[in-house]
This record gives sequence, structure tokens and C-alpha cells, in this order.
Amino acid sequence: MTDRVLLSIENVAVDLPTPRGNLRAVDRVDLKVGAGRTLGIVGESGCGKTMLSRAILQLLPKKAKLSGRVMFDGQDLVSLDPEKLRKLRGRSLAVVFQDPMTSLNPVLTIGTQLIETLQEHLELDANSAKKRSVELLAAVGIPAPEQRLTQYPHQLSGGMRQRVAIAIALSCEPKLLIADEPTTALDVTIQAQILDLLAREQRRRHMAMILITHDLGVVAGRTDEVAVMYAGRVVERAPTPALFKKMRMPYTEALLAAIPKIDAAPHTLLPAISGRPPDPTRPIKGCSFSPRCRYAAGQCHTEKPPLAAAESPAHQYACFHPIEIAAGVPA
Amino acid sequence: MQQISSADPLLKVDNLVVEYPVGARTVHAVSGVSLEIARGETLGLVGESGCGKPTLGRAVLQLRKPVSGQVVFDGHDLTAMQGDTLRKMRRRVQLIFQDPIASLNPRRRIGDIIAEPLVISGVKDPEKRKRLVCDALTAVGLDPELVIGRLPHEFSGGQCQRICIARALVLNPDFIICDEPVSALDVSIRAQILNLLEEMKGRYGLTLLFIAHDLAVVKAVSDRVAVMYLGRLCEVGPSEQLFARPAHPYTALLIEAIPMPDPDVRPAESVAVGEPPSPIAPPSGCRFRTRCPRADQQCVTEMPELRRVATGQFAACHHPLI
Amino acid sequence: MATLELALDEEILAQPVKRGRRLGPLFWAAIGWMVLVFAVAIFADFLPLPSSTDMDMLERRAPFSAAHWLGTDGLGRDELARLIYGARISLIVGLCAPVIGLTIGGALGMLSGYFRGRFETLVVGSMDVLLAFPPLILVLAVIAFVGQSIFNLTLILGVLSVPASMRVARAATLTLSRREFVIAAQALGASHARILLRELLPNVMLPLFAFFLLGVAVIIVVEGALSFLGLGVPPPTSSWGSMIGEGRESLDIAPRLAFLPATAMFLTVLSFNLVGDALRALTDPRQGAL
Repeated sequence: MTDRVLLSIENVAVDLPTPRGNLRAVDRVDLKVGAGRTLGIVGESGCGKTMLSRAILQLLPKKAKLSGRVMFDGQDLVSLDPEKLRKLRGRSLAVVFQDPMTSLNPVLTIGTQLIETLQEHLELDANSAKKRSVELLAAVGIPAPEQRLTQYPHQLSGGMRQRVAIAIALSCEPKLLIADEPTTALDVTIQAQILDLLAREQRRRHMAMILITHDLGVVAGRTDEVAVMYAGRVVERAPTPALFKKMRMPYTEALLAAIPKIDAAPHTLLPAISGRPPDPTRPIKGCSFSPRCRYAAGQCHTEKPPLAAAESPAHQYACFHPIEIAAGVPA
Repeated sequence: MQQISSADPLLKVDNLVVEYPVGARTVHAVSGVSLEIARGETLGLVGESGCGKPTLGRAVLQLRKPVSGQVVFDGHDLTAMQGDTLRKMRRRVQLIFQDPIASLNPRRRIGDIIAEPLVISGVKDPEKRKRLVCDALTAVGLDPELVIGRLPHEFSGGQCQRICIARALVLNPDFIICDEPVSALDVSIRAQILNLLEEMKGRYGLTLLFIAHDLAVVKAVSDRVAVMYLGRLCEVGPSEQLFARPAHPYTALLIEAIPMPDPDVRPAESVAVGEPPSPIAPPSGCRFRTRCPRADQQCVTEMPELRRVATGQFAACHHPLI
Repeated sequence: MATLELALDEEILAQPVKRGRRLGPLFWAAIGWMVLVFAVAIFADFLPLPSSTDMDMLERRAPFSAAHWLGTDGLGRDELARLIYGARISLIVGLCAPVIGLTIGGALGMLSGYFRGRFETLVVGSMDVLLAFPPLILVLAVIAFVGQSIFNLTLILGVLSVPASMRVARAATLTLSRREFVIAAQALGASHARILLRELLPNVMLPLFAFFLLGVAVIIVVEGALSFLGLGVPPPTSSWGSMIGEGRESLDIAPRLAFLPATAMFLTVLSFNLVGDALRALTDPRQGAL
């Protein structure tokens, strides 16, 4: 099945001036998302994944400098007219953020926030908008939706608020949904429900989705393709099964190994990665992971490895000494 | 009812009830929890938000006064203690928190922060204090020379957590309560801190109460695990056994909801139904019944007590899975 | 394979803790003015000034001259000398009254924010009562009762500053008491006194200090206003406010008699505000990791 490419991020770099020097938050990233497909972006704090999502939405902080192209449905969002961009956001391009308490307006009722979005983008009248809002709330699994319309965000639990945020995001039938750590702040049972909800809605609407998270477990069963980011760059990119079964980048291997496994015996010492993620204001010469990598050798410390494909073009990684033997999940 | 085979547990919590008012209503944070921790054991306490596990941790230390129930530490009844005696007792039990940066006074130097417990417990000699502080910092893998004179905001989350662990260890306590110590840290740092805790446990002969919401993390460090839901214990048992064959439906639900980093495991449509009720108005009878697929009339009227379902494993359920 | 960081990266070592702010020329100008005002106020007795109280009826409202650099006022007294002695008054009242407010209000605020309960209700309630009194009338009443003097004025203004300081201290304490480092101290077995002094006070000092500088500026103006109305510092002591009041009568002939003290007050208050702002920004410990 050939999906047309809905979103193409081309050579995008984001620079932020800080009192400590220039911060390269995103360092020349190339990514593609096909219509109806899910891309997972995995990385720890400081890797640039949030800045990348902001760059796609053109919602970067004022001082940030963006270079590169973001092609969405044929249009370059970077050079797009601000008015057209505004119309695109919320309508074709939707976002769900991590903390629903801060992404929902605390002084407006749920109903107002939903109806506002609907009226703005779909130009519905008040009554139709209200009906549609109730349908949406029911679709995301909120019990007693009519009553919720008059409630405020703080009256709902975290999971409910996130559902409302998803309802708002989905209200205008977007073509692409960016979910930035949507479940990190939620309990694990609610997390499962929310992720199921997102997957279901995606299938129904044939929507593309970018799932940003630090949890490899979340991307494993729910994405088609995964990109691993480290220090502002994509260091490995592959279809999900390939990433877990045939990972080549040592960072991916180390990340997977550092997660405590539910089927491991207690008190097994975890293979931790020494050191910490690098300071983005101090770019490291050579591969950013080299100070922490156990395979690092001469070339790794002086040159930055390019993102290249080896066997199959869909599986790319940036490493001079990729893992030869397949590590990770046994087939 | 004895949960462990040892006759002399280090910590014994007996029917602890903690409630506190919120406006005009009461939050039933902990409603009758009893457990025992043997010397040298790590008990993992797991549960989702609203289950009361952080409150339980604080109530053990009497930082929150329980409404009723007893906490016996090494034969001493903490609930009956006050003032100075209680404060002296507290030095044998330490606490590590979730947010490592907020746990450190932003205006004090690291050296002073770690020396604080020593000052409070009356170590007067500054040379001796400095030595103990340096020892603690080295034990957690930090170079004392580089760390002592600095302020907390100069360090990352992982390093701050190490500093908190050093502070907890400097008095050589017997028992440490870890309240979500790695939840706020990155994945790669998490593993480091967990390993560090294991190492410290071995070196100092500690007993740990490890509170977390991440089951895999809890399983990795605990000998036994206790599962809490809405202020009550659902199940207690040895880690391997509990995860392999959970008796309580809630435990099974938690295990199933864990996202597995294995692409072949397609997550089944979750059986998780609904949301946890509020601890202000918990359901009658078994508190889990509103989300339990096995609930029946008995569950509405009768609150289940912890009953033995297998060797060393106890569950509070009228219809356990085993 | 357990690996531990054995040493901090060189980055930490190499980078001394630097404050990112630049102190602009405005800040230094403000400091300069403040230093000048403090210096002349403190060393007024040693300066070669004509007396500030000697009246020279022949030289009333005299313009700038060699003998009187800034001229004379309506009663022939040297304007410059009066300004300088006036600075003293403004600074004494301006500094001491907020200090009283800060100490008492700060202590009450911290204690009520930490211990909560009935003590807190009592304190907050009494402060509310105090705030409900129209301050000017309260000052009038008290002064009419105890008499006009610098000491009484400072005292009453100090008492009036207590509720505001109490609020700032209490708000800061409430937020801070919830943070884990306070619970950590309790868990260590620290006594209440120790927690209040060692953990909370250094953190509460910051917002209190910023508030203090603001308070100085306000009190200087309030004292000026009271003296302008004749209710502040009793004559013959000169205060900028009373000088402005006296200058009122000469506005058509010699406006400088009103404007000179007004300018002095304006510059001083502005300087305190600027310095206060800059100091607050400088001493704010930055939160967060790398």
C-alpha cells in the first residue's frame, strides 16, 4: 500500500539564543509521515523532540531561528502566510499536549472550548456546534457528555481532561495529529485507555499521527515507524518491528536495555548508560553519544556520523560502529 | 495476620487509617492498611494516583498523624511518640522524594544540606561532619570536591537525586522510604539510580519501602510487592509470584496495562473500564468493584479482607483469580 | 553491569556560576545617586554648609549665589543645607519604618504560614482589622495623641507597614512549606525553630527584601506627604515634604523652592526602585537543571 507522504520535514534545524550561547535544539532532521500512518519519536529530555513538534506547528518561541522546510500536504509551512497557517492549525493539523491541565483553559467551560473550535474552523452555528460537541465527547468515551459541556477542566480527572483535549483536537477532522507525550502524566491504566482511543480514532479517520514519547514501550505496539532522537538529531529510524528486532544504533540498544523488564527477576542489575544526556549549549565534537557509548572508537570522537541506510532504505542509523549482532527483542 | 515468616519485622503497620479534611469533606487517603517489612527486605508499594501510597509513606514517619492504627518500628510504637523522642526515632528512618530538585533547599550549599542531618543529631565536630559528608557523596558516585560548594540548581535531576540519597545515608539509617524516587528522571538515568539504590542497600544493610506507580520498576527492586487501591491493600506477595500469577483483578489489570517494548505484543483492547473513583467518596464494600469485571452483590455490601491465596501471597477479594 | 558517574563533567568545573544579567548604566546612576544621598545625609555635620536653621530675613528667596548655592527659602534659610538635612529625615523614616514592618510582619507571616490553624486565623484577622483603618486618619489620630516627633512618626508608619509584610511573608511561607525540602527537614528530625530559621527564612528573605525596597520608596513619599500637610516632622527640622509645603506659597516668585525638594525626593525614590528591581533579578536562584 503506497501512502502518499502527508508531512515531510526536510533539513529542519532550530537554533535558540540563550545567555549561555547558541542552543541547537534540532539539528538537521529529515522525517516523513504518510497519510494514515503513525510515526513514533522517542527520546529523553533535551533531545529536541518537543522543539521539533513545535517547529512543525510553527509555534516556536519568538527568539528561535528555524531553517529547512516543513512540507505539509504540498505546502511549505515555514514560508506560509500567517493567516493561512492559522486556518490550517486546528483544522488539518491538530495537537494534543502532555499536561491537559495547562493545555485547557481553566476559566472556560469544556463546552465553550469545544464549540469555539468548531465554530472557528467549521463555521457551524451554535446549535449544530453543540450537538457535534456532545457527539465528540461521547466518541472519546466520556460518560454523560451533555453535563460535561458546562463543567470546568478542574472538575474532571486527568484522564478525562486528556480525553477532552483529544476531542478538541479531533473535532475538525484533522489530517495529522501530533501527540506530544499524551499519557506521561497519566496513570498506567488510563494510559492504556487513552492510547487505545487514539489508535481507534486514527483508524476510523485514516489520520496520520506523530506520537512523541520517552517510553519505548508505548511506541512498540502502536506505531508503524519509529525515529529515535538524541541531542537534536535523529540517530535511528526504522519500521517499528525492525527497530526493536534489528536495532543498529548503540543508543537505541542501551535505551531498551535500561528499561526494567516486567519479566526479569527482581534485583537484576540494570545495564545503565553512564553519564547524562549532553548539554545542548555545548555541542560535542564527533558523535553526541560517544562519551557514553561502549563501542565508541577513534572516528566517533572526531566526526559526526551521517544518517545513512544500510541494508534496507527504510532503516537508517547514524553510527560508525553499528551493532552487528541483532540485539533487543529475540525474534 | 502474619505476612512474612520472620518473627521480628523491622516495621509493622497495624490497621493504619489516615484522613484529612479538604474544605468541608474528608479524603480517606488510607483506610485500614496493615503490613510488615522484614529486616533487609525491600517492599514495593504500587498503585495509581488516589490510592494513598504517598500518604502511607508519610504516615509511617508520622509526618502525617494517622487517625487510628499503629506503626511499630523496631519494637517502638511511633504513633505513641511525640516531640523529641519521635524526632530521635526519625533519624533511623529516612525519606527520598520524587522531585529531587525540590527536595533540596535552593539557597543552601550541597555540603550544608548533607551535613544538616548530622548537625541535627548532634555531631558537633566539623571535621568529622565533613568527613562523613565526603564519604556519603563518594558512596553515591559524586566527587565531593566538585559538589560541596555548589547550589542545587547547578545539577541535573539525576545528580540531585544522588545528593538526596547521600543525605539520606549520612546518618546510617536502618530504613529508607523511597517515594517515587525515579519517576521524574530520564530513562537512562533511572537505571543508574535504581542500581545505586541496590548497591547502597547491600552496602549499608538497609530495609526499603519502595513506593512507585511503575510496576516494572517496582518489580526490579522489590522482594515483595503490595498493591494499593483507593486507600486499601489489594494484594501482597513475593514479586515473581505476584506478577506471574496475580490473585486480585486489579493487579491483573495493572500488569496488563503495562506497555511492553515488544512490537509483536499487540496491546489488546484494554479491559480497563472507567476511572478510579475519588478518595473523598469511595465506593461501599470492595472499592475496586466499580471497575471490576468480576464484581457481584457481595462485593457491594462486604469489604474484603486480606486472605491467604497462596504461600506468602494475600489478596483482599471475594473472587480472587487463583 | 552497573555503572556510576564517578565525577562531574569538566563542564561543571569549567563554568563558574555566572549571573547572566548585565547591570546597565541606569542601575549605576541609581547607585550613584543613592550613595550621594546617603553620604551627605550621614556626613552632613562635617560638610561646610551654612546652618539650615539660621534665618536671614534680608536674603529671603534669594537666587543661587556663592554664599547660598541653591539660594534661600521663604525664611532666609539656606536651601542646600535644608535639602541635605531633609535627606536625613527621609532616609531615617524611610528606612526604619519598613524595617519595623519587615521584622514584625515578616515574623508573624512566617509563623502563621508555617503553623497554620488558629494562630494563623488570629494573625490574619488582626491584620485585616489594621488594614481596614484608613491609614491617614489613623496616623492623624495617633500623632494628635502622642505628639509629633520623628520617633513617633517612624513608629506609626512602621506599624502600618506590618500587614503588607505579613502577607508577603505568609504567602512565601505557604508555598515553600509544601515543597519537599521542608518535609525532608522534618523527616530528618529538625525542630520547628531550625526549619523556620535554616530552611524557610533564607528563601523568604528574597521576596521580603524586594518588598522592603519598595516599602522604602513608599514610606519616603508618605512621610513627605504628611510633612507637606504639616503633620509629619515638626519644625524647625526640615523634611523634603515640609519644604515642598512651604514652597507652595512661593510658587509664582520662586518655584525652585518647591521643585528642588520634589526633584530630590523623586530621584531618591526612583533610585530605590531601580536598585531594588536589579537586585531582585540578580539574586534570584535559577531553577532547573542544565
